[in-house]
Amino acid sequence: MTRIVILGAGTAGTIMANRLRRLYARDVRSARTTITVVDQVERHVYQPGLLFLPFGGYEPEDLIRPHRSQLHRDVTLLRETISSVEATANHVHLQSGRTLDYDVLIVATGTRIAPEETDGMTGPGWRERVFDFYSLDGAVALRDALKRFEGGHLVMNVVDMPIKCPVAPLEFVFLADDYFTKRGIRDRVRITYVTPLDGAFTKPTCTRELTHLFDDKGIELVTEFTTGRVDGEKGVLASWDDREIPFDLLVTVPLHAGAEFVQQSAGLGDDLGFVLTDPHTLQAKVAPNVFAIGDATNVPASKAGSVAHFEAEILTDNIRRYLAGEPLVPDFDGHANCFIETGHRKALLIDFNYDVEPVFGRFPFAGIGPMRLLRESRLNHLGKLAFRWIYWNVLLPGHDIPAVGPRMSLRGKKLPVTPTNRTAVLAAH
Amino acid sequence: MATAVIANHELDMDAEGFLQKPDQWSQEIGIDIARQVGIDPITDRHWRVVRFMRERYLQTGQAPTIRTLGKESGVSTKELYQLFPKGPAKLAARIGGIPKPHGCI
Repeated sequence: MTRIVILGAGTAGTIMANRLRRLYARDVRSARTTITVVDQVERHVYQPGLLFLPFGGYEPEDLIRPHRSQLHRDVTLLRETISSVEATANHVHLQSGRTLDYDVLIVATGTRIAPEETDGMTGPGWRERVFDFYSLDGAVALRDALKRFEGGHLVMNVVDMPIKCPVAPLEFVFLADDYFTKRGIRDRVRITYVTPLDGAFTKPTCTRELTHLFDDKGIELVTEFTTGRVDGEKGVLASWDDREIPFDLLVTVPLHAGAEFVQQSAGLGDDLGFVLTDPHTLQAKVAPNVFAIGDATNVPASKAGSVAHFEAEILTDNIRRYLAGEPLVPDFDGHANCFIETGHRKALLIDFNYDVEPVFGRFPFAGIGPMRLLRESRLNHLGKLAFRWIYWNVLLPGHDIPAVGPRMSLRGKKLPVTPTNRTAVLAAH
Repeated sequence: MATAVIANHELDMDAEGFLQKPDQWSQEIGIDIARQVGIDPITDRHWRVVRFMRERYLQTGQAPTIRTLGKESGVSTKELYQLFPKGPAKLAARIGGIPKPHGCI
């Protein structure tokens, strides 16, 4: 019997469970192979929707479904909290006292926000004038605060990298500009974007092509600001180098960390609780039969659902190879594909990987599109909205998206040649 | 790709002075870059941060953030800002010969 245990029923865990179930359908039906998913909560949240919820775009119930309904019936789902992984013994210890034995373990427990790690953030004013939108509770509280907001200084701040969906805070300020314009009070709201990086956009093509969005929308920018503390009572955001930004409403992306049990598991993760993972095979460093996927890993790819989806195709094959005694393939290239809402019913689309920066071109069909990369358009916005259906009905069940492969295609893209992508670009032309 | 000559070596460097090929780096080059950014002399405390930064990048492909530096390098966040007043992560990356820390766009 082969026991596959998947920790986490989020995007990555659900896709993996359903893909492996399909791969081993006959064995799973006859219980020669078991697939067990462990998660501590019951509900699956469509996280891209959390960006729109504060502006009234969705109700919470639009974004939630039970985990059970997203997993094939032959997959076992356990609602348990994980205490630790003992990789030397192939054990997962659960808080209930139970132990799960595995032949293959997949860690897909994602990332969580840790607002308590920033001095003062969860003190007075938390969820009154200091908000996050990376949790369902936070997004709902922020929606209510935005409804009451009649003017003043709205500050959007990113505490530190890495964060989930790195473009979400940018989208948030663009949508806030749109929201206050529609409410007719944009002239009474000052919007400032505060980042620890040295620009809102940090890759040369994006800096050149997208900086105008800030000017066009009248959004102020503060860079290289490393958040040291928050005073929600006085309304002050302060940096480690003693700069202070006063705010009436602070929307923050708190520090991100991996799941707590990762740090309780010898050799599994780094200091932030992200699983030490080979960036190309997705095998964990701790043991050959442990793998990691999605936001839970420390690989230098974006923490985004599209990345988990692309990784899943490669990881499914590598797990099949591992169980068959074949060598793993180092096929994951860091491919990410994201829509970026820019407000006023427009969006950008970007496509990139470990080596190739976001570029211009057409997507997904070279030369045809219909979507254009790195340019604002209504079609991209519609694509982003349609994605919710694709998420529940194509992505989570573990189907492939037609014409969008796991490895980034360089066809149809206008690529500048740089030292890191030289080989790949020249091969594509 | 621009190149620059530092400590008599021709190096691949971006417009902001970050080395693009970490293997071209040497301690001598680090000392020279430190001088250019106003850190002179570079002390053992600086080196502790720079070495940590470089080693972590070479291991994981990603430069550690201020938070990781403050927790793991053995130098507190407060001292990091005393040592590298204009941004510890960026300056330590530049002195340590690794590419600039960046976001995804």
